[in-house]
Amino acid sequence: MNLLTDPVGITHYLIVGAILFVTGAVCMATKRNALGVLMGIELVLNGANVNFVAFGSEYLRPGVLGIGLDGQLIALFVIILAAAEAAVALAIVLNFYNNHSTVDVDRADELKG
Amino acid sequence: MEPINWHSVFFLVFALLACGFAVAVLLTSNIVRMAFYLVLSLAATSGLFFLAGADFVGAMQVMIYVGGTLVLLIFGVMLTAQGPFISMKTSAGEWTLGIMVGGLLLAVLLQAATSIDAWQPQAVIEGDARPTATRLGMGLLGARVDKLDEVDPVQRGGMSGYLLPFEIVSVHLLVVLVGSAYLARPKKRAQNSSWEGLK
Amino acid sequence: MAEFLKQYLSPEWLAYAIVAFIHAFILINIVAVGALVFIWLERKVSGRIQDRLGPTRVGGKFGWLQTLADGLKLVTKEDLCPKGADQLLFLAAPYVSFCASFAAYMALPFADGWVGIRLNVAVFFIIAVIGLEVFGVILAGYASASKWSLFGAMREAAQVVSYEVPLGMCVVVPVLLAGSMDLITIAQMQTAGAAQMGWFTHWYVFNDPFTFITFWVYFTCATASVNRAPFDLAEAESELVAGFHTEYSGLRWSIFFMAEYGSMFAVSGLAALLFFGGWNGPLPITHWLGLADASNPVLHYAGNLLGALNFVGKCVFGVTFMMWVRWTLPRLRIDQVMTTCLKYCTPLAAAMFAGAVIWRFLLPGGLILPSDQGLVREAHTEIQAAAPADPAAPAAADASEPVGDRVAHVTPQNELVGAGRGTH
Repeated sequence: MNLLTDPVGITHYLIVGAILFVTGAVCMATKRNALGVLMGIELVLNGANVNFVAFGSEYLRPGVLGIGLDGQLIALFVIILAAAEAAVALAIVLNFYNNHSTVDVDRADELKG
Repeated sequence: MEPINWHSVFFLVFALLACGFAVAVLLTSNIVRMAFYLVLSLAATSGLFFLAGADFVGAMQVMIYVGGTLVLLIFGVMLTAQGPFISMKTSAGEWTLGIMVGGLLLAVLLQAATSIDAWQPQAVIEGDARPTATRLGMGLLGARVDKLDEVDPVQRGGMSGYLLPFEIVSVHLLVVLVGSAYLARPKKRAQNSSWEGLK
Repeated sequence: MAEFLKQYLSPEWLAYAIVAFIHAFILINIVAVGALVFIWLERKVSGRIQDRLGPTRVGGKFGWLQTLADGLKLVTKEDLCPKGADQLLFLAAPYVSFCASFAAYMALPFADGWVGIRLNVAVFFIIAVIGLEVFGVILAGYASASKWSLFGAMREAAQVVSYEVPLGMCVVVPVLLAGSMDLITIAQMQTAGAAQMGWFTHWYVFNDPFTFITFWVYFTCATASVNRAPFDLAEAESELVAGFHTEYSGLRWSIFFMAEYGSMFAVSGLAALLFFGGWNGPLPITHWLGLADASNPVLHYAGNLLGALNFVGKCVFGVTFMMWVRWTLPRLRIDQVMTTCLKYCTPLAAAMFAGAVIWRFLLPGGLILPSDQGLVREAHTEIQAAAPADPAAPAAADASEPVGDRVAHVTPQNELVGAGRGTH
């Protein structure tokens, strides 16, 4: 199919969302820097947001009953909660740094038996 | 030659930017560059939101996500970005495992995304996007004006809107503000703190 | 314009590309030429304030080619990148700053319909994008590998993040009055409705005492968020050498300045649109000349041209005012900057917001915004047509009664009905 002339559908948005999600998940798994893990979380939430907006869009599936405005409302809540999550996680990381003088998540192993 | 679908062209541009910079976030090990690429990826995603007709969500994405969250992140990066921490290498074994599991997940997700016919491109999108800001605002205030003209009683569910979640999120933000300020407070030495002296 | 070109050019995309290029070219020239003029103006204004003449030699009597000569000098300078710097980020930072500043012009209307993209959330978009300019500064400060740069960048980051809060609150007040976030609608609302007169008494800054104070809070916060004196802590020469751009030279340094003057113009334009009627002048000159009629394209174009000149004049006045403040007031300390924001501007903006809401509630027009009422009414009529015995209909019917004169003239401009008005 020719992407320059064909219309885009929900599938295209879902593919972008999937790539963002997987990138974020791998980022969370492989980064040793706590802030890198945080950025992975942001990417995952962002990928989920792309899906919500795509399903809620009235232009990608004209005439079909989607989740309508709910998709955008949920995307808004995700954005707000992501901001809150970033603030708290950052405070935790700073505390961790104050206590351990590092942001390497592999060093947080005091609770290991 | 078929006429070029400009919506698709811009979708392609923004999608490539978003995915490309997301992969760049994954591949670079320098924490400040990661933050920079993340900004660009999130900004490109807001372009995708505008293309999907979600203008208010797109503007919110630029304002809160790209603006607020990432300035916070960059703060954290700079407070902790000193010599040894600025780039922490991941071992090859972890990379292999991560890429393998991630690749499998991606394969499953892509299979799911492309397999359903109803999600395939439907028709050419005509006309300008209807603005969503007022409808979203009314939805958050508890009145779903977008559902008023819904005739089918099954689809009229959720007419009460999102007032309660909105209030909960507001209080939640306040709690987060106070909580993170408490968590990130400067550490005081025991002998210097005033309440220690009072004991 | 794209439709016109399509008739003559064989590949359709070429027509669109040319049209897009022309629009971008015009906007980028506004920023670039604007920066040239403003730098010259800044020198003249500072000179006059300090009882000097300012530049007098280059280009005739008033030295109006001085900036061009400076630009030539900057272009010929060596483009340095310090050892130990993060090459990529150091080189990219000025462009990040400039792109953020320039992106605001996409949604900034210069006259009725004269706008890059008519966004329904234009106010929001501009505030968000101008806030992104700080990224370029932070990256520059970090990537320079110099402690002065890093200090400057951290100060700027703290300052901009703090000042976004009162700035956003101030911007909401005119949005509340207009019932729309579309800048063209907001500006047209200040023409006293259908008469389209446009006396200065209809400007939102004179709407009620709360908006008047809101404007001054907005202007303070805007000055701080574009990093101008007395809030230019990020480049405090007396403490930090030159702040975040200490290590920059030549063209990259001047791009930072283009971004700064670009965002000064943008926030002044936003102030003009939100509080000073946009292109609707202090006197209804376009109305007197009979140019306000939208039905005649030629007259409408002439009226728009006059309006755009009016708008640019207001923006230049705003920028000049910032210069006046810069050369009059001493620079604040960083703790004073934070105190001004958190202890004075934010509570004041919140109080003005509450006051404007109450004022609006007491006046005819009610608490529900006009455009919402139009929307509810429209939805209601559709329901009446579709299903008469509807459980939600009584609630909608209550809200849909016209409450006052304001609503009556506002309704045609609400976003659903007037969505198709924007052409360019």
